[in-house]
Amino acid sequence: MITCKQASQLLSQSLDRQLSWRERLILRFHLLLCDACKRFARQIVLLGNTVKQVFQKIEQDEHLQLPQEARERITAAVESHST
Amino acid sequence: MSNSASKTPHAWLAEHGDYLYRFSLARLRDPHLAEDAVQETLLAAIQSQSYAGQSAPRTWLTGILKHKIIDIMRRQMREQPLQQEDDLPTEPGLEDFFDETGHWADRPQAWGSPDDELEQKQFLIILQECMERLPVKLASLFILREVHEDDNDEICKELNISPTNAWVMLYRARMGLRKCIELHWLGR
Repeated sequence: MITCKQASQLLSQSLDRQLSWRERLILRFHLLLCDACKRFARQIVLLGNTVKQVFQKIEQDEHLQLPQEARERITAAVESHST
Repeated sequence: MSNSASKTPHAWLAEHGDYLYRFSLARLRDPHLAEDAVQETLLAAIQSQSYAGQSAPRTWLTGILKHKIIDIMRRQMREQPLQQEDDLPTEPGLEDFFDETGHWADRPQAWGSPDDELEQKQFLIILQECMERLPVKLASLFILREVHEDDNDEICKELNISPTNAWVMLYRARMGLRKCIELHWLGR
């Protein structure tokens, strides 16, 4: 029997590596009995999927611009390396 | 041929500078670091053999930028020594998620799905704000894994960390992010 703490660790790791047959079994058994961890499992998957949308939004936000001062500094650096 | 080549970096800055900056800023969060990453990218692009006649400059430049961002992230990993962690640590913060018997101190709540576009937007804003609150190292791990979808082995090579460290940091990132979002989403 594993605790919720252990289950949460396994659930997180299940997103990043293959669990062993034994790990999968004890995790599945825990989830059958534990709504809190079932929720946790769904939520961390949701986070992973949704964060991509956050980044797309930022990347497409045309109000976010390279500051003029930085643009000038970078131009100078580029020029001194182009000759 | 050499005349048009020497104008190209300026054109890249004009056409792609803002996009590259946004790409960096999302990942590094610090405007100065983001500016540095853009500069490093353009300098590397000039020096690269393959810059003449790039048919998709933005894709190519973004590829270089990703490497520069990872370089910055790897340096940030070194700045504080990582703890040896084969067991999950019992450190302040992480302890608080569970009680001494391993049960949830605060059980994950039902979030419901966003009802409409406005709520969806709200959820994204909350997620973004919670991302910004994550410690830098945890955010980097989470970004490489969940946004870039690099696998664990790639991440360990990119950041020069062990697989165990990667799993621990991803776990901490997910725990912290989930809790932050729950607090703000349910409290909105």
